[in-house]
Amino acid sequence: MNDEMAKLMVVFRTAPYGSIYSFEGLENVLIMGAYDQDVSVLFIDDGVFAIKKGMDNSGTGIKDFSPTFRALEAYDIEKIFIDRTSMESRGLTKDDLVIDAELIESDTVEKMMEEQKNFFMF
Amino acid sequence: MKLGMIVMESPYQHEASDSAIQFAKAALAKGHEILRVFFYQDGVLNSTKLMEPQSDDRHIQKQWTAIGTENNIEFIVCVAAAKRRGINDTVTAEGFTIGGLGMLTELAIEADRLVEFRA
Repeated sequence: MNDEMAKLMVVFRTAPYGSIYSFEGLENVLIMGAYDQDVSVLFIDDGVFAIKKGMDNSGTGIKDFSPTFRALEAYDIEKIFIDRTSMESRGLTKDDLVIDAELIESDTVEKMMEEQKNFFMF
Repeated sequence: MKLGMIVMESPYQHEASDSAIQFAKAALAKGHEILRVFFYQDGVLNSTKLMEPQSDDRHIQKQWTAIGTENNIEFIVCVAAAKRRGINDTVTAEGFTIGGLGMLTELAIEADRLVEFRA
């Protein structure tokens, strides 16, 4: 393994319960936390719904995993970003989120993506 | 260049597995190194030796096994995704090993590029 930390980004871009992507993304981030790398997490497009408060999916038979995002901090994942345009265009504010994510503008998203070594898209 | 590959889709339903196989062949032919292929989500279904496509169709698992054994490429099948789908080491074909998600993180750290195949 390289001595230098790798810049790895996990991108949540799909809604949390229509597919397994979001759940698998969360599992991935928690594992990555153990590797002591420069990990960042981005919520964009419908991915912003993954961290929405107060979801009731009891009728779906699928576990509500959104509160588990609160564990990210305990896993030393501190770089958590949400795309402002994606969030606002879906009628959400920061108060609607289960975790404290930093709001970033779309041009910043682009710049951050250019800096990454590798991505995980969910 | 050191490449890592992720295969996210089941064989036959989508073209993702076929594209991944073609990509692997092309990359190797160009002299690139493939460190590992990580089979994830429905992609774990690429690993089963129980698949029996009709005789005039391609056999995707055998294509993978051929590429892997000829070029000494590690194929890792995500354990959590595999267990959900009834895949364990009694059904995986030659060349495929069941492994953890951490091996995907390690791949991302070591590979210059991570190439993902999905629908």
